[in-house]
Amino acid sequence: MARVYGKGAAAHHALDHIDLTIKANEFFTLLGPSGCGKTTLLRLIGGFDQPTSGQIAIFGRDVAGLPPEGRPVNTVFQHYALFPHLTVAQNIGFALRMLGRPRAESAATVARMVALVGLEGMESRRPDQLSGGQKQRVALARALAPGPKILLLDEPLSALDAKLRMRMRSELKALQRETGISFVFVTHDQDEALAMSDRIAVMQGGRIQQLGRPEEIYEAPANRFVADFIGGANLIPARIGANGAEAVGLGVIPASGAVGDAVTLAIRPERLGLVADAMRHPGDLGPLRVAERIYMGNELSFRLDGAEVPLHVTLPRGGVRGAQDFAPGDAVCIRPEPGAVRVLSS
Amino acid sequence: MKPAWLLTPAIATILIFMALPIAITTVYSVLTPAQYGGVIWEPSPEAYIRLLFERDIFDDSLTFNTDYLQILGRSVVQAGIATILCLIIGLPTAWFIATRPAGQKSLWLMLVTVPYWVNLLVRTIALLLILRDEGPINGVLQSIGLTDDPLPLAYNNFAIGLGLVSSFLPFMILPLYAAIERFDFSLLEAAYDLHANRRKAFFAVVLPILRPGLIAGGLLVFIPGIGSYLAPDILGGGKTLMLGNLIGMQFQGSRNWPFGAALATILMAVTLVALFIIARRAAREEA
Repeated sequence: MARVYGKGAAAHHALDHIDLTIKANEFFTLLGPSGCGKTTLLRLIGGFDQPTSGQIAIFGRDVAGLPPEGRPVNTVFQHYALFPHLTVAQNIGFALRMLGRPRAESAATVARMVALVGLEGMESRRPDQLSGGQKQRVALARALAPGPKILLLDEPLSALDAKLRMRMRSELKALQRETGISFVFVTHDQDEALAMSDRIAVMQGGRIQQLGRPEEIYEAPANRFVADFIGGANLIPARIGANGAEAVGLGVIPASGAVGDAVTLAIRPERLGLVADAMRHPGDLGPLRVAERIYMGNELSFRLDGAEVPLHVTLPRGGVRGAQDFAPGDAVCIRPEPGAVRVLSS
Repeated sequence: MKPAWLLTPAIATILIFMALPIAITTVYSVLTPAQYGGVIWEPSPEAYIRLLFERDIFDDSLTFNTDYLQILGRSVVQAGIATILCLIIGLPTAWFIATRPAGQKSLWLMLVTVPYWVNLLVRTIALLLILRDEGPINGVLQSIGLTDDPLPLAYNNFAIGLGLVSSFLPFMILPLYAAIERFDFSLLEAAYDLHANRRKAFFAVVLPILRPGLIAGGLLVFIPGIGSYLAPDILGGGKTLMLGNLIGMQFQGSRNWPFGAALATILMAVTLVALFIIARRAAREEA
């Protein structure tokens, strides 16, 4: 499936060759930086935009040409889009009213939804009398009330403060389990995606860069973009030599591949240990020099010079491993955990 | 705390230009008319009695007379119809302007106001020239053989209504434009998403949210519409009176200032009561 804006040379491929199946009862996340196409994809599913080519089927039914109101899909909008002239209860019951459901049945559904999102006692308030978190819940209840087969969530947590965002993460996840419907969640926040999703599609440039469970995405990034975007990684240019990948200033790292190939080594900052150069073991890489030590509360972050690119290492403070500390200027070596180095083709 | 004297200009403006004229009008309405216009300072309820009753010139007996009430009623109906027409024309127009790209909006708004750079009297007479039997509309209709005799377009209620609409349409378009400009169009998407079709979304979401603009526009058309003077005088040919003409007559030919003042006071009272009811209802819905 594709969505192209404009024509010819000036055409902007917002979505390019997207082929995706979202499973029933799945918390599915579209993750990527702004402009990657994730919101466009969401709008195509919701019916607010039509694909240039290809098709979308919802539970086997082709929804081409179906307007938003005809789709078994509801949306939680980024800024909630609550109706300011209606009360909480009227907002939640809006879709039921539009569908012409019987009054008694609607009232029961609204009451159930109010309880589901924990807004008892707020039914007669108006949106401008609610806090951000409460608005969020109304938006959720409103979208769930008509009983959609898929719930679309467009960065719903971005307008909340950090603490509330953390709490809503677990609530959203629990809500998905409880309702048993598929959530399609759009975000640019990798922590959110990792914490809540059953599967994640990492998007960039209108294409899906990697599709998989959070563990797969994080532990085994498919390419440089994914490695860098999710969690941040040291991306070290290297060349395959006779004994492995050779990187400037680091030495030889075991890796397979055709001799002479240029590769990128991806290593997570938290999967590196630091040792003083004097205590070096075989397999340690270096020597490097500590350029900067950053105190971050529960961990220490170091920037190391001496390789082709600056390397970052984070060490936990406290506990068994927390005994280590280094000062700028110290000569150190890095010690990757087993399996920590991913070799990506450049 | 602001110094109180800074409020003086505002208070003086309100007193001199608003409170004082209203007070003079109200006081004059309960005085006795002088023979050649003006008033004699002698209290009299005669002006208000005259509104409902006709006094026999010989025996001073009163008979109920609805002539003036009919004029009042006709004014309300004419202004009401003009308001509804302005609404029907104004809402799509305002919607169109408010949804243009940012750079074009001011151009469209200017086009709406351009006719108002011309004096109302000139515009009203221009409309008469277009509508009259020898005007371009009848000319075209007759030359292409659609009608044999000229259609009676001028000098009737239709012409007055058209005059009112063309006079007051911008007063509807501008507040509606302001309301639509503020309208959050993601609410419309939310309505579609929640299974509203276009018609339902319009009535359940758009109209209620635009209500303040609709009320403002409605009042701005209706209130001057009731008291309008030029349209009935020129386009109605002076045959069908509206309240504004009746009031005007009392200060000119009839030289009955108290009666004119009484009519103006009643018009004002009716308007204020209507405004009060609307404001109360709006306030109740806010709460």
